[in-house]
Amino acid sequence: MSNPISHWSPANQERASRLLEAYPDRRSALMPLLYVASLEHRYASDDAMEEVAELTGITAAQVRSVATFYTMFKQAPVGEYLISVCTSISCHLLGGEDVLESVEEAAGVEHGSTGEDGLFSVEHVECIGACGGAPAVQVNYELIEGVMPDRAGALVGWLRDTKPDVVLADEMQQLFGGVRSFDWGPTEAEGAIRPVPAFAPYGSAREGR
Amino acid sequence: MTTKILTARMEAHPEDSHTLARYESTGGYDALRKALAEMTPEQIVDSVKASNMRGRGGAGFPMGVKWGFLAPAEPRYLVINADESEPGTFKDRQLLERDPHQLLEGILISSYALGVDQAYVYIRGEYPKPARRLQRAIDEAYGAGLLGENILDSGFSLDVSIHLGGGAYICGEETALLNSLEGRRGEPRLKPPFPAVEGLYAKPTIVNNVESISNVPWMTLNGGDSYAAIGPERSSGTRLFSLSGHVKKPGNYEIVMGITWAELIYELGGGIRNDNALKAWIPGGASAPWLVPSEHLDTLVTIDDAAEQGTMLGSGAIVVMDETTNVVAAARNIVKFFAHESCGQCTPCREGTSWLDDILQRILDGQGRPEDIDLLLDVSDNISPGLAWPPAMTTICPLGPSATAPITSIMRWFRPEVEAMIPMSEVASA
Ligand SMILES: Cc1cc2nc3c(=O)[nH]c(=O)nc-3n(C[C@H](O)[C@H](O)[C@H](O)COP(=O)(O)O)c2cc1C
Ligand code: SF4
Ligand code: FES
Repeated sequence: MSNPISHWSPANQERASRLLEAYPDRRSALMPLLYVASLEHRYASDDAMEEVAELTGITAAQVRSVATFYTMFKQAPVGEYLISVCTSISCHLLGGEDVLESVEEAAGVEHGSTGEDGLFSVEHVECIGACGGAPAVQVNYELIEGVMPDRAGALVGWLRDTKPDVVLADEMQQLFGGVRSFDWGPTEAEGAIRPVPAFAPYGSAREGR
Repeated sequence: MTTKILTARMEAHPEDSHTLARYESTGGYDALRKALAEMTPEQIVDSVKASNMRGRGGAGFPMGVKWGFLAPAEPRYLVINADESEPGTFKDRQLLERDPHQLLEGILISSYALGVDQAYVYIRGEYPKPARRLQRAIDEAYGAGLLGENILDSGFSLDVSIHLGGGAYICGEETALLNSLEGRRGEPRLKPPFPAVEGLYAKPTIVNNVESISNVPWMTLNGGDSYAAIGPERSSGTRLFSLSGHVKKPGNYEIVMGITWAELIYELGGGIRNDNALKAWIPGGASAPWLVPSEHLDTLVTIDDAAEQGTMLGSGAIVVMDETTNVVAAARNIVKFFAHESCGQCTPCREGTSWLDDILQRILDGQGRPEDIDLLLDVSDNISPGLAWPPAMTTICPLGPSATAPITSIMRWFRPEVEAMIPMSEVASA
């Protein structure tokens, strides 16, 4: 049988086989594999879904039906930096909509879309579990708490100017954040290399500066 | 005296509470050693039953009773619910990031008690840092012989794997979570059968919340009856509350239940920002009916007292709103959340939540019609007949009925304010 992911990086191929072995039923690896495939294809593209279908032994239509159920498997190419602004209740009470507006303005991208140069995608999201540090924002799912509207604009400018390879929550929090939900403790070395949750088994995390 | 079970280590050792070295140097894994060397699985189940602890994920079901339902078929699974997506809730995130070994030790002891050799931790996809911290703890534990084959030479073996979600609130509902873990759409299953009989891969499965399981090491070391002795009888133990909104000191607070709401909001929370007046608060996550200062400040923070007031402590998330809050906008924000997160299987939920959203938006836009007040209640009544709490169910899961909580809350406590936003509504009420 031909290998549907022979064009993936060797490291990601190995991750895929480890994920397939992690469950009694291959189908359980579907969502983790969609994340790895999204690294390879920049999003959950048709090719990505077909490859995951072959790996898990189900049809591409079945994979699509699952992928489209979840908001984090993106159906269109995503920018280098995905900026997610929480507008759920606690953030709403403390100005989440204003934060969204200033992110849109600074990025020149409306929520739900990606800029032409492919640098930024902007979205508003439901509660990201940072309500004690409202308003909260994530960049490639790395969190910044207590972001005031003007600081949110500055964050976008900083991303544009410095174009970090690895997005680090602590660094952004220090530069642009405010009130936190709780003491974060020591600085975290790992961050996100793409708009995919940064988690080593999925190949999406790397140590930054 | 303040009793801290869950957050004691992270408070004493903020610099490294998440590491194996610190965990072991502060009594960590002593409970596991005790369990494996001195206790039978039945004794641990009995201790959890004796604790009277009620689940911290939202439903408040006694953990020991649930464990007692686990069917004998094999294999069995333990699944930890770390989907934490109820708006206002951020406590499990702190437990995962700051004391992941405490959870892991809880998983180990619980798995030994339940006859499980594979546990999964389902963490919401938007929590990469909590997932990394727990993964590092898992790796450390394998390295130290605390996970894998023949743990501490006891003959007991366990593997633990992390599974990230994909951004869907409904996957916090335990059967939707199991579907998601099986690589399916996160749609809640019809019950019965309950997961304890037919859960993951149709095998007996226990699903428990992160905070629930994080209490197990303490219970094992100190005895379930010592846990039961903390706090009010039917709300035993400490509990981690997430406080957010218009308070001066938002954050997670581990407290013994039974204090008043006034103490929680004004003492722990430091009062209202700018010393504004308190208007209302949500006592248990976005799904819970609201409480108001004129009626509830002196009532007690316990699971049963909340039920008596027609609401719930739910996920332990308290969202405080001050006098500047537009309650219709706040209610719409919550309804929109449920409309967005409905999985779509049940018509009352799928259609009803978007209708409620549309009507509230119309009122906010100044386009409300006098009949919209009754329409809001009527649509709510179709989703949840009788508008009681806990809600009557016409749906597969409680998400749909939860969407009516903000509607009944603003109608009950702020009806004149809602009416005032509707042009000519005085004509209707005349
Ligand atoms: C719509 C919905 C969302 C839920 N979300 C969560 C959640 O994010 N975390 C959680 O632990 N329980 C959640 N629950 C409750 C779970 O179904 C289940 O009762 C819980 O995980 C059991 O654990 P416990 O008994 O330890 O609380 C949710 C329930 C519903 C109906
Ligand atoms: S009540 Fe709503 S979320 Fe729950 S199963 Fe029905 S449609 Fe899905
Ligand atoms: S409401 Fe914004 S993080 Fe929870």
